[in-house]
Amino acid sequence: MSDVATTTGETLAEPAAAPIETRAMRLKNFWSDFRASKVAVAALVVIVTLLLLAFGAPLVAPQDPYDMAMLDWLDAFLRPGEVGTGGYVHVLGTDNAGRDMLSAIFYGLRTSFTIGLSAGALALVIGISVGLTAAYFGGRVESLLMRIIDLQLSMPAILLALVLVAVLGQGVIQIILALVVAQYAYFARTTHGAATVERGKDYIEAARATPLPTWRVLFKHLLPNVLPPLIVVATVQVAAAIALEATLSFLGVGLPLTEPSLGSLISNGFKYIHSDRYWLSIYPGIFLMITVVAINLVGDQVRTVLDPRHAR
Amino acid sequence: MLGFVISRLLQAIVVVFAMSIIVFVGVYAIGNPIDVMIDPGATAEIRENLIRQYGLDQPLWRQYITFLANVAQGDLGRSMVYNTSVTGLVFSRLPATLELVLVAITIATVIGIPAGIYAGYRPNSVASKAIMALSILGFSVPTFWIGMLLIMAFAVELGWLPSGGRGDEGTIFGISTSLATANGWSHVILPAINLSLFKMGLMIRLARAGMVEAMQTDYVKFARAQGLPDRQIVFSHVLRNISIPIVTVFGLELGSTLAFAVVTESVFNWPGVGKLIIDSILQLDRPVMVTYLILVVILFVIINFTVDIVYARLDPRVRLGGSK
Repeated sequence: MSDVATTTGETLAEPAAAPIETRAMRLKNFWSDFRASKVAVAALVVIVTLLLLAFGAPLVAPQDPYDMAMLDWLDAFLRPGEVGTGGYVHVLGTDNAGRDMLSAIFYGLRTSFTIGLSAGALALVIGISVGLTAAYFGGRVESLLMRIIDLQLSMPAILLALVLVAVLGQGVIQIILALVVAQYAYFARTTHGAATVERGKDYIEAARATPLPTWRVLFKHLLPNVLPPLIVVATVQVAAAIALEATLSFLGVGLPLTEPSLGSLISNGFKYIHSDRYWLSIYPGIFLMITVVAINLVGDQVRTVLDPRHAR
Repeated sequence: MLGFVISRLLQAIVVVFAMSIIVFVGVYAIGNPIDVMIDPGATAEIRENLIRQYGLDQPLWRQYITFLANVAQGDLGRSMVYNTSVTGLVFSRLPATLELVLVAITIATVIGIPAGIYAGYRPNSVASKAIMALSILGFSVPTFWIGMLLIMAFAVELGWLPSGGRGDEGTIFGISTSLATANGWSHVILPAINLSLFKMGLMIRLARAGMVEAMQTDYVKFARAQGLPDRQIVFSHVLRNISIPIVTVFGLELGSTLAFAVVTESVFNWPGVGKLIIDSILQLDRPVMVTYLILVVILFVIINFTVDIVYARLDPRVRLGGSK
């Protein structure tokens, strides 16, 4: 890069100022590093495609699978590729109620993404607040908060979410809440870890000496510097939230089939696993697997790029 | 050291109490178990009697006190569905779960650790990349879906193994277990593989990370300079050094494997405690839920406590510096 040339060699008497990285430059550098892994780029393309399919479901799906008036019992259990009463090909077959599986998967994907992204975002915000509070105030507040977080992290998220969903009941909002409670601790611990390192640095000391309100120091000065590790945790946690929701729905405590996610579709298909109607459960499962693995692959590459030890 | 142990012990007790209140209140908030138990055609009188019999007419705090008093006498209540003592119910299901967890952990260790060591020894070989790709899959693909694929492949398509349930029990050393019969093994092998995959991914990553780091240390370089063959370096020097973190995590993960068994047991209809808790959630069997959850809390508190004590023993900074 050009900055290497300016900082070495001729200008010994008056060293050039370190180039200030603007936000746009940082983004550009990030992207050129990210691009180094072809697998990660492919995974990113897959995610974008899935997002488009999910949120464009009403436009791309051949059928609105939850409009009961459009379903016909005559179409039940059509094999993939058969033509139903609607006159079009059911590429992935139909389920026990005559729902087009491809459409159901697009709509289910939408539910899964909605839940995963909102749970991830909420958990991120709450986790950051808890982590920053603990790191900034220190003392008793810190030890109490971190003790709770540690205890929570020692329990498997699946168990916590399971109990919460059982208590809160079924529905999208309830699931999101349960996932947030089960996952915020990961963000809190990461934030706390990074913020404890930053808090000892001079710029925080300087900011605290000014009459700026505490929240401003926390969110405008401390937060931007603890973001990189949080981005990694956020990608992984969105994938985990999607997988967790699917698991809960599969166990029968998540979303009902009237409001289906990929998990409830698989759960419904599982009932017919012994009757050679594999397409009811296999296809939603393949979409679920591709989604989760793609997000994890992208997260893995983001981790590599943001790692301070990663050589530019 | 004694002061540290006592303070941690007190903390653990406080946590168990706090969690028992949270669990009790939380579980109490779920639906009305009477509606599930009773025939809708029953008279109001029968209904009233039943509510009184289970103490559901009492205020919540009094129910909690009664519950604590009963627990102190070793009585965790009766299941509303099975109408037997909850303790008996949980302990009758426990052997099945332990059996499954034992086989799963054995599979994860026997395959995961050598695979991880190899991947760390030759990080750039094709086989190592394949091993790492598999570990990512084991990590990220939901357990229930892999379980379903296993059933489809080995039970439905190939017909080699049964798709669910626990097989015949036999006796080894006076312990009744399905691991004593061939039929039992044919039932346990699929769910155990399913349950082991996540742990296997973890073991592979741990072993690989330790191996990569250890191979760059001075003692390995010295051993190489001495002319020792790699086989001897790995088996008599490196393994000993990387085994400590692996054993620690292994212990910690025992507890979470028990918890993860919930999913596998449901997929394979395995009659263990995991299946019991799912059924009791679906049937609103409050006493079973409360007991299971409190047992899990106690289990994790004990694990945490033990880890704290062991670390404090190994690292004096932990016990002298408080939580900082």
